Amino acid sequence: MDLPFEVVDLPETDHPEVGDRVPDFERPLVNTEFWEDVSLSALTDEAPVVLVFHPMDGAFPATYIWSEIRDRGWLDREHCQVVGLSVSSPYEHADLLERQGVDARLYSDPSNEVAEQFDVVNDLDGMAGVSEPRPAVFALDGERVVQYAWVAEEWPEFPDYDAVEAAMDEL
Amino acid sequence: MNDPAITLYRLQACPFCERVVRKLEAYDLDYRSRFVEPMHSDRDAVARLTGKRSVPAIVDESTGVTMSESGNIVAYLEATYGERSKGGA
Repeated sequence: MDLPFEVVDLPETDHPEVGDRVPDFERPLVNTEFWEDVSLSALTDEAPVVLVFHPMDGAFPATYIWSEIRDRGWLDREHCQVVGLSVSSPYEHADLLERQGVDARLYSDPSNEVAEQFDVVNDLDGMAGVSEPRPAVFALDGERVVQYAWVAEEWPEFPDYDAVEAAMDEL
Repeated sequence: MNDPAITLYRLQACPFCERVVRKLEAYDLDYRSRFVEPMHSDRDAVARLTGKRSVPAIVDESTGVTMSESGNIVAYLEATYGERSKGGA
């Protein structure tokens, strides 16, 4: 975004970089019909994964990000899986998928522990006791090794979709 | 990761579903939970399996059985994994 004032800078993080293996985790994974506990490694065992951390469902960035992903056809790709993660409950995820007409799968992590593991926590100003992941994208190979990483440095900030797409072509 | 043979389709806080869970736990059976939504119209996955939209519903791949209705499921689990299955048959 090009704004005529300074935006909020987020602090430095020690998030996984290209070549690092990301931690495994298990959380409810919501699809258009049900949710069940699924580990990240179970997904990467099948095909490379693009893991998209996004703000809570209902916030406009979540809507923008999933509209863009849908419109770019990322969910129709054969050789890699685009999977989301936010602190929203499975019920909110189900609503998002239905409202946006998105045939995606979204991890639900209300505790925000996955963002802590990845060091991409965004403590929300003005919402006491609530934190969520900062927007971030990790493209992972079958061994959960990062092939591409982007983590927001400003709030708000959106992924460079063209760069993610280029990374997906290489997975 | 080994996929359990039994998949339970359940609704959060549904007493009929919890009844089945209790039975699965009593027999120490490994199972996977798939949660569906309260609105019946949102339960296509269950409808495709059982022809009905009610939960609980289970799929037991080790016997090829798919069924719904907690009373039926409990009777099935008792007959297949309970004392009766070990005793006579």
